[in-house]
Amino acid sequence: MSDVAEDATEVVAEPEPLLIHGHPATDDGDVVVVFPAKAELLALATQLRTDGYWQCLDLCAVDFLTHPTRPVIPESVTPERFEIVVLLINHSARTRLRIRVQIGEDDLTCPTLFRLHPGTEAMEREVYDLFGIAFDGHPDMTRILLPDDWEGHPLRKDYAIGRIPVQFKNSIAQG
Amino acid sequence: MSTTLPTSAAPTNPPPAISDASQLDAALEHLTSDASVLRWSETEAEERSGYQAPTDEGAGERMIMNMGPQHPSTHGVLRLVLELDGEVITRSKPVIGYLHTGMEKTGEDLTYVQGATNVTRMDYASPLFTELAFSMATEQLLGIEVPERAQWIRMLMCEMNRLSSHMLFMATNGMDLGAVSMMLYGWREREEILRFFEMVTGLRMNHNYIRPGGVAADLPPGWADEVRRVLDPLPARLEEFDTLMTGQPIWRERLQGVGVITAEECLALGTTGPILRSTGFAWDLRRDMPYLRYDDVDFDVCVGTYGDCFDRYAIRLAEIGESIRIVRQILDKMPAGDYRIQDKKVTPPPRARIDESMEALIHHFKIFTEGFKVPAGETYAAVESPRGELGVYIVSDGSGKPYRMHVRGPSFVNLQTLPHLMKDSLIADTVAIVSSVDPIMGEVDR
Repeated sequence: MSDVAEDATEVVAEPEPLLIHGHPATDDGDVVVVFPAKAELLALATQLRTDGYWQCLDLCAVDFLTHPTRPVIPESVTPERFEIVVLLINHSARTRLRIRVQIGEDDLTCPTLFRLHPGTEAMEREVYDLFGIAFDGHPDMTRILLPDDWEGHPLRKDYAIGRIPVQFKNSIAQG
Repeated sequence: MSTTLPTSAAPTNPPPAISDASQLDAALEHLTSDASVLRWSETEAEERSGYQAPTDEGAGERMIMNMGPQHPSTHGVLRLVLELDGEVITRSKPVIGYLHTGMEKTGEDLTYVQGATNVTRMDYASPLFTELAFSMATEQLLGIEVPERAQWIRMLMCEMNRLSSHMLFMATNGMDLGAVSMMLYGWREREEILRFFEMVTGLRMNHNYIRPGGVAADLPPGWADEVRRVLDPLPARLEEFDTLMTGQPIWRERLQGVGVITAEECLALGTTGPILRSTGFAWDLRRDMPYLRYDDVDFDVCVGTYGDCFDRYAIRLAEIGESIRIVRQILDKMPAGDYRIQDKKVTPPPRARIDESMEALIHHFKIFTEGFKVPAGETYAAVESPRGELGVYIVSDGSGKPYRMHVRGPSFVNLQTLPHLMKDSLIADTVAIVSSVDPIMGEVDR
């Protein structure tokens, strides 16, 4: 089975941009991050699965509304407001690999990984619940943490926290 | 302690019992079908509760029943929607969210200094692990290495916490299955460990002890004696547990062959920790992707064979023994030195310096009001919590607060195994199965 992490370090020594299964990628020496187009996420995950990345550990989203410069991203990738971050693990090579998919505000959908990694069911529901990104082909695209009738998606950056300001006008210490 | 579990060989052995991905495909078909999972929304489940007439597709009479969220053996507020054929569960769905308090959102509004206070409240049975993962992620972004003594203190505290968490499991698992005296025994041992935590951190739970840069305070005088006082009676007590449960016919009847899962299914479902190891898949981050100083201590990774409730119980019992082994080694190897990094940007100055130095006072004030700035970037740090891989993913924008803080809670992911474990089992076994998954709802809902 090919070891993606090792391939990556060989290629990164050259000035050419790093590619993993044809997708732009970065390698900071610690973890390899792959940036597939949205439509190719499932194909990439399938290829990585035959490479030994059997388990999908985590899937979450990040809203880059107020931090457009975001963590390092290859030049060929157009940054969008949302990112889906998938974490895979290779038990034989003992490496993790991260996938970051750009999700534009105009089309808040992403293909589901459920058919390949059934464990993403709850994680994708969590992303849908808290970010409002729907997963195409997911069998149960409903809210998971919040009630069904909740309005809005709390982990978005434009969702206010609704804090109540605290004042100490009448505290005993001052009186 | 007489444990019948086979333990894995040297760490150099390849962990998986599976050789390539095609072996995983067989599990996919039934895991992705609707055979064992009810996929109804909350309102739908409410509307359809009660009697279900036979359907045209050939399914017979069914009953939809809610178990929880107030059921005493659901470990907090887990609700299970069960579809029953008589007394047999055909399909089910765990409904969660009753403890959701938006801790990830809260985390975005707290500085890295305050962050540990927040995350420690997630998995309240093993709070130090979440603190550790959060601190390790922050330190990775800062590019700092904490001092040797701090690493060992962290390891000591985490292994003690693994003990207390597994003792809690022993207590609740026993009680759920009717061994009520076990509840008292497990609680008694846990209480002693919590007493040690109180001595070191000042708190029995939610310690906020492991912080970015090290730990909050050095170990107090006499800590080693206290650890020995806690550990010394444990081997004899574990023998008692063995007599009380492991070899007992009723206990075995109740657990063996109940809630069976395979390694392939576990991998597909993202399951980690004792549930994955119960299938014979020897994977423990402490050995396989070591952090802290786990390289320098000897311990075995406990694995099961059948992936049933009994294996999951036995693994945790054996892990208690392994943790005791690790703590004993830590007692011998604990180095002297700093308990937190001596970097003025991250660590507040010592109390005595504040009285004599203006700069120290300013530093102290800055760290506790604004916090320290963390370079922009993203990182993921994971530790082996008593429930599996506990990871923290942080995106930093260069300010004093995390831009996004996501916690990969092992309980949250492991909970998805429930419908598959409960498929075609009796209602009475639900309690055994839920208990063997050992979910902590604070971490599931966050």
